[in-house]
Amino acid sequence: MVNFKRSSGRTLTEMRKMYAKVGVIPNADGSAIFSFGDTVAIAAVYGPRQLHPQHMQDPATGILRVNYDLLSFSVYERKKPGPSRRSQEISKVTEWALSPVLDLKEFPNTVIDVQVYILQADAGTRTAGINAASLALAHAGIPMRNLVCSISVGKLDKNLVVDLDKEEEDYDEGEGATDFPIAKIANSDKYTLLQLDGKIQPEVVKKVLDLADKACDEIYEVQKKALKEVTEQ
Amino acid sequence: MIKIYREEDYILWSYTMPMNNYINEAHKAEEAQSEDSSVKKRRIVIPGEVIATGEDYLPGEGARREGDNVLASRFGLAEEAGRVIKVIAITGAFIPRRNNVIIGRVTAVSFNGWIIDVDSASSAFLPIDESPRFINKSEMNQFLDIGEVVVAKIWSVNARGIDLSLKGQGLGKLDKGFIFRIIPNRVPRVIGREGSMITLIKENTGCNITVGQNGWIWVSGPSLEAEIKARKVIEFIVEKVYVSGLTELVEDWFVKNK
Repeated sequence: MVNFKRSSGRTLTEMRKMYAKVGVIPNADGSAIFSFGDTVAIAAVYGPRQLHPQHMQDPATGILRVNYDLLSFSVYERKKPGPSRRSQEISKVTEWALSPVLDLKEFPNTVIDVQVYILQADAGTRTAGINAASLALAHAGIPMRNLVCSISVGKLDKNLVVDLDKEEEDYDEGEGATDFPIAKIANSDKYTLLQLDGKIQPEVVKKVLDLADKACDEIYEVQKKALKEVTEQ
Repeated sequence: MIKIYREEDYILWSYTMPMNNYINEAHKAEEAQSEDSSVKKRRIVIPGEVIATGEDYLPGEGARREGDNVLASRFGLAEEAGRVIKVIAITGAFIPRRNNVIIGRVTAVSFNGWIIDVDSASSAFLPIDESPRFINKSEMNQFLDIGEVVVAKIWSVNARGIDLSLKGQGLGKLDKGFIFRIIPNRVPRVIGREGSMITLIKENTGCNITVGQNGWIWVSGPSLEAEIKARKVIEFIVEKVYVSGLTELVEDWFVKNK
């Protein structure tokens, strides 16, 4: 298993090159771009603002509303614009991944809109989207307990690898490819997103989480650096 | 070295009145002192970052305590003022506070007041009783009609929304000139210490300028050229907000763009 080679030439625990920047959309209250190699996600935060439709308003707290989508040119085969089953699902899981860190009690009856768009897709778009959205929320000055970091760990045949790209996601030898997207609250052991696409042995899950923890520490450093750079324009 | 000023360092009041300098010398000296002693302790923090450890510190606005540590609850500048640690917002939407002077646009006229859009999460209401003179309820839209712009002061922020008042110096309806938006958190820099920056712009352009805390700015001057010049210099300031010695930069700008 040690001599397993990844198609990209990375080591098993090596992530793709990350890039993060905040304040990329002047018209938004907060914005960020985050990329894992060729996967590029951009997020914009608007609000807190008045929530319409009014029946969704909560007088006890503000709510978070996420919209995730792939842009039509982000994939090889043009994606028809507009919401799809997949984008609605990812919008929802992104919302659930982020809402545990937010404290919106100060803003009753309002909404915080987060728009996440994928400019380039090369697997791991939801994780890149969550990282970008977390940065954008922080940049918008929303009260948060901590940042959220997200990474997908995969299993190619019997080998655990960190940060799958598209080529690896389509791996079909042996046990095939397993994609395991994870989001967690930075510097804690609280997970806010666990999805699983493929097959995995229960005893391996612990190892997956350990790998994700290490990867998230790296992501956190990138996010932190991006936010601290904001004054040095 | 990046030097960023506190909101309190600036006059939060907008200047519509002629350029009188109401500078209180004692107040000024005190400010300069606090500026020197605390500027080193200001730094950018991210949500969840530990700002200080120990029981000696108290969490203020934008900070919280978790066990032994004081943590940032939001992104901004951490500042220690004695024992209290607070985090000042440097980005994000306008959060209305009492006594803020804001610029808003009338969106509806109701039976006892006006509903005003102030670019914030909750809607603002200007009751008829808070207008500077008596207005007959049947003639409300003659005083303020939909689409008109006012400078008003926030006299309360509650769960229902924001309540505004027009009673006060420099408040009232705006006509002539134009309004534009900047990022609300950069308003203090545009006004400058004791209004120094805005005074400088007024002297150089001859325009009347009102800066609302919600980031709306009204400019009215002798000619359109002067108004555009004022807008351009304000946008220049907004871009260069983190640079120290901004006043000199703006003076240079005026020399170059004579």
